[in-house]
Amino acid sequence: MAAAVTGLGIAAPTGLGIEDCWSAMLDGRSAIRTVSRFEAERYPVRLAGQVPDFVPSEHVPKRLLPQTDRETRLALMAAEWALEDAGVDTGQRDEYDMGVITASTSGGFEFGQGELQKLWSKGPGYVSAYQSFAWFYAVNTGQISIRNGMRGPSGVLVSEQAGGLDAVAQARGQLRRGTGLLVTGGLDASICPWGWVAQMARGDMSRERHPERAYLPFDRAASGYVPGEGGAVLVLEESEAVRERGQHSYGTIAGYGATFDPAPGSGRQPGLRRAIEVALADAGMEPEEVGVVFADGAGLPEADMAEALAISAVFGARTDPVPVTVPKTMTGRLYSGGSALDLAIALLCLDRGVIPPTANVTDPVPGLRLDLVLGEPRPAEPASALVLARGHGGFNSAMVLRASDTAPH
Amino acid sequence: MQRFSNDDLGRILRDCAGEADAPAWDEDVLDTAFTDLGYDSIAILETTSRIQQEFGIRVEDEAVADLDTPRAFLEHVNDVSAAHSE
Amino acid sequence: MFDPSPYRSQIAAECDFDPYREGLTRREVGRMDRVAQFAAVSADQCLADSGLDARTLPRERTGTSVGTAVGCTMSLDHEYAVVSDEGREWTVDPAYGVPHLFDYMVPSSIVREVAWRSGAEGPAAVISTGCTSGLDAVGHGAAAIREGAADVMLAGAADAPISPITVACFDAIKATTPDNDEPESASRPFDLRRSGFVLGEGGAMFVLEELGHARRRGARIYAEVAGFATRSNAYHMTGLRPDGREMAEAVRTALDQARLNTDQIDYINAHGSGTKQNDRHETAAVKRVFGDRAYTTPMSSLKSMVGHSLGAIGSIEIAASVLAIRNDTVPPTANLREADPECDLDYVPLTAREQRTDTVLSVGSGFGGFQSALVLNGKGGEG
Repeated sequence: MAAAVTGLGIAAPTGLGIEDCWSAMLDGRSAIRTVSRFEAERYPVRLAGQVPDFVPSEHVPKRLLPQTDRETRLALMAAEWALEDAGVDTGQRDEYDMGVITASTSGGFEFGQGELQKLWSKGPGYVSAYQSFAWFYAVNTGQISIRNGMRGPSGVLVSEQAGGLDAVAQARGQLRRGTGLLVTGGLDASICPWGWVAQMARGDMSRERHPERAYLPFDRAASGYVPGEGGAVLVLEESEAVRERGQHSYGTIAGYGATFDPAPGSGRQPGLRRAIEVALADAGMEPEEVGVVFADGAGLPEADMAEALAISAVFGARTDPVPVTVPKTMTGRLYSGGSALDLAIALLCLDRGVIPPTANVTDPVPGLRLDLVLGEPRPAEPASALVLARGHGGFNSAMVLRASDTAPH
Repeated sequence: MQRFSNDDLGRILRDCAGEADAPAWDEDVLDTAFTDLGYDSIAILETTSRIQQEFGIRVEDEAVADLDTPRAFLEHVNDVSAAHSE
Repeated sequence: MFDPSPYRSQIAAECDFDPYREGLTRREVGRMDRVAQFAAVSADQCLADSGLDARTLPRERTGTSVGTAVGCTMSLDHEYAVVSDEGREWTVDPAYGVPHLFDYMVPSSIVREVAWRSGAEGPAAVISTGCTSGLDAVGHGAAAIREGAADVMLAGAADAPISPITVACFDAIKATTPDNDEPESASRPFDLRRSGFVLGEGGAMFVLEELGHARRRGARIYAEVAGFATRSNAYHMTGLRPDGREMAEAVRTALDQARLNTDQIDYINAHGSGTKQNDRHETAAVKRVFGDRAYTTPMSSLKSMVGHSLGAIGSIEIAASVLAIRNDTVPPTANLREADPECDLDYVPLTAREQRTDTVLSVGSGFGGFQSALVLNGKGGEG
């Protein structure tokens, strides 16, 4: 059996929905702009990838608006689109045979800011009853399961940028143990003043003012990362059942590996290379079989170098170099939503036979030994893709996707 | 003492918990159960807390559970308010 | 930990916890929220108890799985007051953002502490499924071993939710008890006069090991994680339907996995939060699966004594269940003096009971609709 992805729901800075986002990414159109969701003038960091043109009341039942943060509204919309894309009528399925496993990084942080402000400025009696769940990390899984009547296995993972891959891996585990359908992925949205200050505390956000120069992974001018909001929701089903019902599949989750970096100063090697090796072994694949790598692309010289070394350690012996791309240069880093979006984009890449480019990077660090897909999309027919994600603190996750043999080209 | 009206209730509910499942918030909703209007227990808790903040009328926890329609709710709130001002 | 006088619920079960006495350095205490301190100290203890250490731990084959419902909420609460000048500024001042603020925002920082101090370099996860996190994190750890991703998993949970924002939001939904006068008897699961839960805090961590791995090194084995399942009620973010259907489904699945039938369960560790709806819901769920056996299987709530520490409590309850197996004694439901007629099972009121205990079912229920069940089997572990 294999875990096939039959539905995608995308809410990204580069566009709402598969086609808007995909065409923007093929064109290399970056969505990184000056923050407009709040007055960013006073902050030294002002650029972000924001989801454009999202009108919550068009996508979320009005009853849910007072009790949902932006991340949950986006997640509900993306989940609905993913199920629609998968041709799934949830009412026709066994409710215990459908589960929800999502990743989150900061929960409903903007909702939380509003309630913290009421608490401190007016008093505890002004805090909303909805604060008891609207901000917490499990909110998207809970709301998606309720909205769609899914009573099967559920889960919530928090591993910063790696979370999107970790959630899909847990979903694959549940599929293997017998649940027929999993809604999975990751989504974050914390572009509010409180979230902004918390993100700035890391000290590795880019202070560059020009959007096209701010987030340049593997470039000599790399100066940090740009944060963003959004993510993707995926529908996972068992491949035989997908074939039987004649449903299109974007590809399958073929392998997964996760490691954690040792403590600083231990003198031990970072874990990304091992995560890739574990994922390839899990997929039963050799490095030669990988058609494209979606890199994590931290945008910091040292972390970029570490990633380049891990990739070349695994793939360096190949006669033809493996293409490496970082489409998140167009969205910024979306935390758990970022790796979920990378999965969605990698699946579209396998399905449609073209590799989206890395935007804005023009001057790669010499000696990286990476075949970066720069500027223009690259026509290719990759049979498999490797998606990498590193989460703040030391998380390394790698996921191997295989093109669907039922996918029409 | 200003009476707490059905319009007040409709406005606060809409604010706390979104639009009701009704064509309009008018006399017709008075005897419709909150649950049929799409409002759950948290929506009602939010509403009582907002009424306390805005009107200074305190509805006791124990009473809330039995107030299952807008009419029952309004009557109770105004009873409490009247008793308080006496 | 703060002045509770403006709150409806003013009591809590706080840990008598001194991080320095537990061996944390000033630097560690400086960067860790209390929740991470609980996780770190629990991790140290479970490793020491297991006989594994930094030299013998198979680093690359050791993973970590930590549950938490509300993460570093104490620090977030406090730091928000600082950057916003106590709520006066919406566009908060970055100059007052402490260096570890991002780690407080993202609770994956908690598992990092566990991984660093233990030397674990395998898969790491923070599981945040509300109040079932403590069961789910152990379930996730056991699954990682079954799937071959690790030989050893440090799994468990921690939460430190006793902060103004958490107390205020539980006040708002009236989930916590307003009975502030007699704190020791305020948590009264299954009692007719129960009035909500008492907020708690803490943590518990376990060394989970692949059975062959444990036997080869001659480890003492407390119990096997024999079954685990989680289901969603898909009903309401905080509400529970009285019929307990989804929890029953999780219990059935966990028992199937454990290859045990209801006759073979010696003790049920209840969620037993002490809210009106939870205790009814759970009683109904157990009856649904156990039938007549429900009435003769002892089932008790630890929360009557330690309060409800949200994401942590599931792991603390597993620890208590493991000790019940070890000591052939099941813990009581304290403060249960007059049972609710709708709660008519054997809740082991007031005093612990000595009885042969080989198998335990622990159940949990959380905001978001999560329903989890975990089965421990102490039989054959050391055989």
